[in-house]
Amino acid sequence: MAEVMRPEKLDISNDTASLASQELLHVLAVDDSIVDRKFIERLLRVSSCKVTVVDSATRALQYLGLDGDNSSVGYQDLKINLIMTDYSMPGMTGYELLKKIKESSVFREIPVVIMSSENILPRIDRYVLFSYYLNHHH
Amino acid sequence: MNNVVAQLQRQFHDYLVSLYQQGFLDNQFSELRKLQDDGTPDFVAEVVSLFFEDCSKLINTMSRSLERPENVDFKQVDSGVHQLKGSSSSVGARRVKNVCISFKECCDVQNREGCIRCLQQVDYEYKMLKTKLQDLFNLEQQILQAGGTIPQVDIN
Repeated sequence: MAEVMRPEKLDISNDTASLASQELLHVLAVDDSIVDRKFIERLLRVSSCKVTVVDSATRALQYLGLDGDNSSVGYQDLKINLIMTDYSMPGMTGYELLKKIKESSVFREIPVVIMSSENILPRIDRYVLFSYYLNHHH
Repeated sequence: MNNVVAQLQRQFHDYLVSLYQQGFLDNQFSELRKLQDDGTPDFVAEVVSLFFEDCSKLINTMSRSLERPENVDFKQVDSGVHQLKGSSSSVGARRVKNVCISFKECCDVQNREGCIRCLQQVDYEYKMLKTKLQDLFNLEQQILQAGGTIPQVDIN
């Protein structure tokens, strides 16, 4: 799992109202393990991020508004800076979630990090990923 | 009075170091400790508590899947081992994680007896770790009650 890099002693005021919430990066974390969810949530909070944690790819799509009939649109006002997802989860994998996100005009630019303790590169269709890159970055 | 705190802190330090040295815990546990601060003094205890609940649940389901020799659901067992390996890695439960590695191998070749042995070992290891960590948390409580702070423990 991730390593923790504690910042040097920061002079952070207790008054969190002084921190505009727009300044905090908002991370959506997806993991079916409750242990990992608790760890990631804390790790991201310590890193001064706003965190939303869900327990499945399906719930992530619901949160983004990418389920149901609006599957390629999503919620325009939702501000998410990064998506971190476990790779192997029951139901939809993290990779399948990645693909759905990349199909959305609203969310396709958001970086998606897939986490795994296994070597998952052989299981990822790199041609699919590369063609996304070509289609959306020219 | 300061002597009591210093003594308890020494005890805590030595006990935690021994847990690393004996292979009960690995570096991931120290990463977990780094995430705890004065504002979240129960963080580590909460995470490991969730882990032990996870262990208990997964061991029960896998045990049922392995019960009848003529009808073993190895897919289910494999799924359970995978989850157990993941969460034990996340909290730094090194011995539990290592058993999971052997467990997966038995599952891959559909060795029911091997799986049952690994299941028993996993059960033993998580319960052992649970006792050890309970002792560690008790020491923490004693230090705090005596007015001291929990020592940082650096492991290489």
